Amino acid sequence: MHIGNARSSYQADEVMWKRPAHKGAMLLIILSLLILPFWVGPYHLMLMSQLGIFVIAIAGLNILTGYTGLISLGQGAFMGIGAYTTAVLATGYGFPPWATFPLSIIMTALIGIGFGLPSLRVRGLYLTIATLAANVIIVFAIRKLEWLTNGDRGINIEPAILFGFSIESELEKYFVIAPLALLFVLFSQNLFRTKIGRAFIAIREQDYSAEIMGISLIRYKLTAFAIGSAYAGAAGSLWAYFFTALTPNQFNLSQSILFLAALIIGGMGTTLGPLFGAVFVILVPETLRAIAGLITPYYPLALQATAPITEIIYGLLIIGFLIFEPMGLSAIWARIWRYIDRWPFTR
Amino acid sequence: MNSTQPKVKTNQDREPLLRVDSLSIAFGGVQALNNLELEIQSGTISSIIGPNGAGKTTFFNLVSGFYQPTGGEIFFRGQSITSLPGHKRGALGIARTFQNIALFRGMSVLDNIKLGAHSHLKTGVFGAGIYIRLAQHEELQLRETIEREIIDFLEIDHIRNAPVSGLPYGLQKRVELARALAMRPSMMLLDEPVAGMNREEREDTARFILDIQEQWGTTILLVDHDMGMVMDISDQVFVFNFGELIAAGKPEIIQSDPAVIEAYLGREKSDISRHIKTQ
Repeated sequence: MHIGNARSSYQADEVMWKRPAHKGAMLLIILSLLILPFWVGPYHLMLMSQLGIFVIAIAGLNILTGYTGLISLGQGAFMGIGAYTTAVLATGYGFPPWATFPLSIIMTALIGIGFGLPSLRVRGLYLTIATLAANVIIVFAIRKLEWLTNGDRGINIEPAILFGFSIESELEKYFVIAPLALLFVLFSQNLFRTKIGRAFIAIREQDYSAEIMGISLIRYKLTAFAIGSAYAGAAGSLWAYFFTALTPNQFNLSQSILFLAALIIGGMGTTLGPLFGAVFVILVPETLRAIAGLITPYYPLALQATAPITEIIYGLLIIGFLIFEPMGLSAIWARIWRYIDRWPFTR
Repeated sequence: MNSTQPKVKTNQDREPLLRVDSLSIAFGGVQALNNLELEIQSGTISSIIGPNGAGKTTFFNLVSGFYQPTGGEIFFRGQSITSLPGHKRGALGIARTFQNIALFRGMSVLDNIKLGAHSHLKTGVFGAGIYIRLAQHEELQLRETIEREIIDFLEIDHIRNAPVSGLPYGLQKRVELARALAMRPSMMLLDEPVAGMNREEREDTARFILDIQEQWGTTILLVDHDMGMVMDISDQVFVFNFGELIAAGKPEIIQSDPAVIEAYLGREKSDISRHIKTQ
């Protein structure tokens, strides 16, 4: 239950988590992220690391698509640029992780700005098609630049060495990825407490009105592309160290679609949307596999059918969310909080 | 120079805040504005009236940079802004509200108003993401200024955290005014600020407009069809008809100008009155 507003300064009113309950929930989440890894097995630990990488990539897409309204189908390929920048620099030139990570981010941001240029001319679906082209071009380039990327044979990359430690076990990887994911989410959340984030939302809501407010559409659309791609670059760099074997196929269109689907399911333009979305797209195949495992004794083909069924279920879920809950899982989350707030009075 | 176009000079020795020099724009074959000449002095309230399609909103769109004129120049504070992009005109001090409310509907009232102050803030992407010192200080400063000077002033403190999309029409118009005010403009263009309002809301808005001019010294240029309000609060009235400026001057002169009466009531007026008398 939550009654009234006892805050007496504007500073108190501008804090990120306004209520003790929210603060508590956040602390609980962080605490469980610290304790859980020691409790679960290596397989689930791997899933949690993958979740962290997905959260970063989807948080970037959220800034671009969710907040600024520029729908992109290129996030998977941008992640590929980050991954390949890291792999090439690390294996070919022996760069350490603390150099490859920021360089991958910068590289991807620059290429993202390049592919963002059409956004100055075209809008909505047409821009989506332009980013789709970006996706195809990037994957094609990775495949064809064999002298650099080793083409379809892929690149194998040595484990990262941080402060003299070789990051090899799932637990070590997790403790590199999880804090970074948290930092990236916090960074994007902070953006939306200031003029930068407000300008992004203004462009999404009503671009001509935003221009009257003194917001340069050119500058801010390209900034959104730069930040969104930079996140993809960070995710890609971690991806390279995490999976250690890279092939161009990992970054094709289906990866981009998966990210967009996750964002829609999680909730576009919300802080927790990327987290919910990433959890969802990782848990759905896992759950299906578990169910298939249970019924295999009765239907021996069940395990083989999980892959196509997963695709079908994604499709159905996206349609379902677009129709019944366009704001995604975040809207459900917000509704639960509202219910708790008003608990004894309304139901 | 065309003799049918009166040139208004209220104060010869002062450089006008806004000066428009033989401004024209055509859309295909339609001459929306034709050789428009007008001057607006700093600190005044001016109104543009005229029948539908006279070119009033087109004029606003030219001043705020949505359209490029096909001829002529626009000067703001003596400096030509004709080819300046729209977002730079906002930073220069030209604010505007729209006929159909153009608020950011998904945001709260407070965030909408904060957006008005966009060009006064200096936070960069990295400062914003890390949200320390400068960014935080700036945001808090902004919040306090807005609360003290705008939210209080326009009496919208009860709705500051409400999402804009759920507010009634009159309040949305007021939030749009607040957002324009947060730009700290030297000139405000108000496109039909009282259209669709009831009597009480109209009176409130008229009072706000007068207060803005008096307390902030903001020059106001408005378009409206509410003749009562226009004649009451304006220092100067411009009458447009078919893309031409047909009259300009103080409200009491405009009201008795035959060209204005003709534009509003039509040419046959004298014939009709004679016809009525003979019956």
